[in-house]
Amino acid sequence: MNTVNNMTNPKIKVRNLSFYYENGHQALFNNDLDIREHAITAVIGPSGCGKSTHLRTYNRIYSLHRGQRAEGEIWLDGINILAPETDLLLLRRRVGMIFQRPTPFPMSVFENVAYPLRLHFKMNKREVADRVEQALRDASLWEEVKDTLHKSGQALSGGQQQRLCIARAIVTEPEVLLLDEPTSAIDPVATLKIEDLLLRLKERFTIVIVTHNMQQAARISDVTAFFYKGHIVETGETKQVFTTPKQKQTEEYITGRFG
Amino acid sequence: MALHLPSPRNTSPSMTLRPFFWRKLQNGLVQTFSIIALALAIGAMLWILGTIFSRGGEVLSWDFLTNSSKPYGVPGNGIANALLGTLMITVTAAVIAIPIALAAGIGLSEFAKQSRFANLMRFCINVMMGIPSILIGLFVYMLWVVPQKSFSGFAGALALAILMIPVITRTTEDMLRMVSDHLREAALALGCSRWEMIVQVVCKSARNGLVSGILLAVARVAGETAPLLFTALFADTWPRDFFTHPTANIPVLITETTTNSPFEAMHQVGWGAALVITLIVLIINIVAKTCFREQKR
Ligand SMILES: Nc1ncnc2c1ncn2[C@@H]1O[C@H](COP(=O)(O)OP(=O)(O)OP(=O)(O)O)[C@@H](O)[C@H]1O
Ligand SMILES: [Mg+2]
Repeated sequence: MNTVNNMTNPKIKVRNLSFYYENGHQALFNNDLDIREHAITAVIGPSGCGKSTHLRTYNRIYSLHRGQRAEGEIWLDGINILAPETDLLLLRRRVGMIFQRPTPFPMSVFENVAYPLRLHFKMNKREVADRVEQALRDASLWEEVKDTLHKSGQALSGGQQQRLCIARAIVTEPEVLLLDEPTSAIDPVATLKIEDLLLRLKERFTIVIVTHNMQQAARISDVTAFFYKGHIVETGETKQVFTTPKQKQTEEYITGRFG
Repeated sequence: MALHLPSPRNTSPSMTLRPFFWRKLQNGLVQTFSIIALALAIGAMLWILGTIFSRGGEVLSWDFLTNSSKPYGVPGNGIANALLGTLMITVTAAVIAIPIALAAGIGLSEFAKQSRFANLMRFCINVMMGIPSILIGLFVYMLWVVPQKSFSGFAGALALAILMIPVITRTTEDMLRMVSDHLREAALALGCSRWEMIVQVVCKSARNGLVSGILLAVARVAGETAPLLFTALFADTWPRDFFTHPTANIPVLITETTTNSPFEAMHQVGWGAALVITLIVLIINIVAKTCFREQKR
């Protein structure tokens, strides 16, 4: 075992996690991973190795699809996310998620961000407006949309839409943010904006990000986990994983990418 | 990990090209045939519309639209009672059918999905859509009109509702399935319950498509005649007793004044009524298509 697992007081502890799709295909094999609080953990690995599958167990979003199932334990501050009695609505308020493709709802920019607030809290209009503004500021989108809050969220540019989704995810103050290749559908400038944003947000949230972009992982993450064919091959401090990887597969993947 | 792209030179030398000439000829033939078929279809439609507009246009007037229908020989014939009756029957049918069909469509798309039960339901819905509408009329006649001992507009509405339900269910399911799972996951990830996700995000997203499906179903049943013959029947009176008496309506008025009457004056009324119902159906169709186009954007 390496140094990253068994860290003191991780925010999330994954133990012996396996995952099966409807067709019986096993996508994850006995994953063990600790997610450090107030840090960015990057999940990397070749396409199809199970990164998304792994991330999608943390908020049990896979349960939308009947027949998919996870085995093992995922501990979030002492509650087991995978236990059947876990309240999914509460879990998802604590664990927010941002997807690869931006998913604004067919509502105005304002309503998109206000929507989860109204789902979870009783608030007066003033409070809702304040929190929406704060979330949009935190997502570095406020200046661009403050005069057009009533316009459809789906009319924004791709990068703006993704920041809108981030605002929507953080407005209810979750504890953990999951991001599955959040910048792969977005241009480089917008990508840098989102990376800056994540670096700022890690003061308040625990962040787990799946990325195909090695530079991105190296730039923003504190801890890196390397996945290969459903197994976690190596985890460690990002610097160590990128400079002195312990496993041959990790080294091949990283150097292959860097050329 | 190196990428292995097959090089274009890997095509085997034994492969021979099919002659371009035949492929082009085939292409040309298929194209010509489909253009002719299209012209025939459009031509037939224009012919029908042209006849209805020219014959019906002659009788259309304000009095025609506001007078009640009358037996042959009585002056001042019109279609207002039938127009009102058709409106009442169709709206009642829609009020009955829409909630049931929306719920069924949501159930199929969001809950039952690909289960055995869902596929059985889909099969039944397809069968229902294929049942000749006159049989639906007979069905309501036996189960409602006979026990109630009277024809009524409401019985007609029941028959039309039964016709609408499978159509709206199908379009609802199709429209909801066009909404991508990404949106569903995004809603659930924010902490929506299943039901909040369906109503506030998925249905909202498919709203225009749902409205368009409903309108098309309304347009389709608004001109149905057979199911009304055994249920609403017809009356030259205003539709006062919707639940207990035969109720005037446009489709049956058309059959009454044309096939059931030897008099040219009555035929004229029939043409006028045909024009009015055609216009109504046409307008509903256009609105529905506009909704659908917005949806796709
Ligand atoms: N719905 C599904 N049904 C069956 N198998 C699936 C399904 N989705 C993914 N898989 C399989 O599970 C494995 C892991 O997929 P996953 O999407 O987690 O990979 P990934 O690491 O996120 O890849 P990428 O980098 O391309 O996003 C793959 O082998 C994939 O083929
Ligand atoms: Mg993925």
